[in-house]
Amino acid sequence: MNTLRMKETASNHSQWAVEARGLVKTFGDNRAVDGVDLNVRAGSIYGVLGPNGAGKTTTIRMLATLLRPDAGSARIFGHDVVKESQIVRQLIGVTGQYASVDESLSATENLVIFSRLLGLGRAEAKKKAADLLEEFGLTEAAKRPLKNFSGGMRRRLDLAASLIAQPPLIFLDEPTTGLDPRTRAQMWETIRRLVNTGSTVLLTTQYLDEADQLADRIAVIDRGHVVAEGTVDELKASVGSSSLQLRVQDPQDSEGARRIIEQVLQVKSNATSEAGRITAPMKNADLVTDLLIALRTAGIHLSEMSVQKPTLDEVFLTITGHGVEASPAASESNKEEVVRV
Amino acid sequence: MRSVAIQPVAERRLKNKTSFGQTLRHSLTMAYRGLLKIRRTPEQLFDVTLQPILFTLMFTYIFGGAISGDVISYLPVIIPGILVQTVITTSIVTGVQLREDMDKGVFDRFKSLPIARIAPLAGALLADTIRYTIATVLTFIMGYIMGYRPDGGLGNVVLAAILVIFCSWAISWIFAFFGVIARTASSVQGISMIVLFPLTFLSNAFVPVNTMPNWLQWFVNINPISHLVSAVRELVNSGTIGSDLGISLIGAAVIVAIFAPITVRAYMRRT
Repeated sequence: MNTLRMKETASNHSQWAVEARGLVKTFGDNRAVDGVDLNVRAGSIYGVLGPNGAGKTTTIRMLATLLRPDAGSARIFGHDVVKESQIVRQLIGVTGQYASVDESLSATENLVIFSRLLGLGRAEAKKKAADLLEEFGLTEAAKRPLKNFSGGMRRRLDLAASLIAQPPLIFLDEPTTGLDPRTRAQMWETIRRLVNTGSTVLLTTQYLDEADQLADRIAVIDRGHVVAEGTVDELKASVGSSSLQLRVQDPQDSEGARRIIEQVLQVKSNATSEAGRITAPMKNADLVTDLLIALRTAGIHLSEMSVQKPTLDEVFLTITGHGVEASPAASESNKEEVVRV
Repeated sequence: MRSVAIQPVAERRLKNKTSFGQTLRHSLTMAYRGLLKIRRTPEQLFDVTLQPILFTLMFTYIFGGAISGDVISYLPVIIPGILVQTVITTSIVTGVQLREDMDKGVFDRFKSLPIARIAPLAGALLADTIRYTIATVLTFIMGYIMGYRPDGGLGNVVLAAILVIFCSWAISWIFAFFGVIARTASSVQGISMIVLFPLTFLSNAFVPVNTMPNWLQWFVNINPISHLVSAVRELVNSGTIGSDLGISLIGAAVIVAIFAPITVRAYMRRT
């Protein structure tokens, strides 16, 4: 029986929850998504990491049948998103960046309507709504209109709505953006439990630590391209597990300091535009002791030195060779990132 | 979370088509959503309650003496006219609200659900028939208070009411189309008014056609609104069914046949 099913799934090539080839979406002159390939194994958590405007949301919207790709193709459990869109919709749950629930209705009413649309009977729908609200800790707020919901409650309700049909694939578009750290941790817990029930999760995020916490594999996306793909460890190895930031007192010493850093850490360093400021990836935070000794021996004086976890900025710097494009919103979120780390 | 394992994909029964029965059920659920929204925000019923009262009073007392000699003999002319005009004007709001509704995130969820594509639109339009019913009932009540006693009897008044509500529902597909393609809710209002004003006023709703210049009579006589008004007058004033009723129904069906598909297509294309 078991082997039979395995054969069957293999022939349906459903070991892949998502197979996307060369997805393209253009808005006017802007190639928002420019040839994205993605393969997501069933039963895993896959993270799509990138700054605002990188094409994450557009990619998800194409995979979720909300947008028609201009070129390329995508299959969800072997079903084409354009030709078999109605089948794909039976296999996915989508939780958007902005809560896709009805503001003017109560939490229960929202869930009952979605359940009814998914073919549940009146009594079943009521029961399903009550069950989900309890699971997500929203029972007390069930009858209140959503206008009075906090951001976290709204996200939870939104996720609950995506789980009514128990879809095998769930898209989460920036599930924790704008949430406070505690609510964020709760959301992570919920996502992990989801995968334990057998779901596949594809999530987008701006935060490296979120991808780090949750995802089995990560694709880094920039200006509509996938610029790196691999397991969390592979990605981290390319960036270093932590990041060294220092500033020399005399900008004249910058070059010398960089040479020493590259010698001791065996990596390439980056001089930033700010005078005398240097960043470098570091695999082993202990090396900082050797580095400081080497710098003192060379007579280079530091005004500032810190070791941090790598931020999205550094992942980008390392992978793409350029920093995160300084759109105001993007730089904002990266500031947030630094503060949080 | 209960650790109920989800059903594997290979064991699911999947269909790429939505059956007619499902389409109907989805539309009715969406209509139920519309009704819940009305219950939560009753203030959106202001227009359908105030407009019939105000317009019926104003038009009857302003034009009554001039057109029919006195108010009582004008009532059989104006009540069907004002009924059609008011209820059809109400259907503009359908397009405006649809626009506002579609800008909200919840429509993304409707799109991602395996439901009939037409359901979110059909449901919204269906729920709005409750608004037309309110406007219809209030217009007849106002007429009754002012002394209007339709000779066709209650049964035919009800028939006429259903006819007007059905035709308004059909016409609301036009405004739903504007609602889907327009960028803002206020532009929907604008475009719809431009379409609707000539249609309702260049008709036989308020004045006898033979008082108009010939070239205008030509338009008034082919205007579908005139046929609907005539059909309602025949029903409520003499209890007869004429060709105007048939023309009204065919007109309504043609509007739905044209605008329902293009509205759904435009709705699907919009992101």
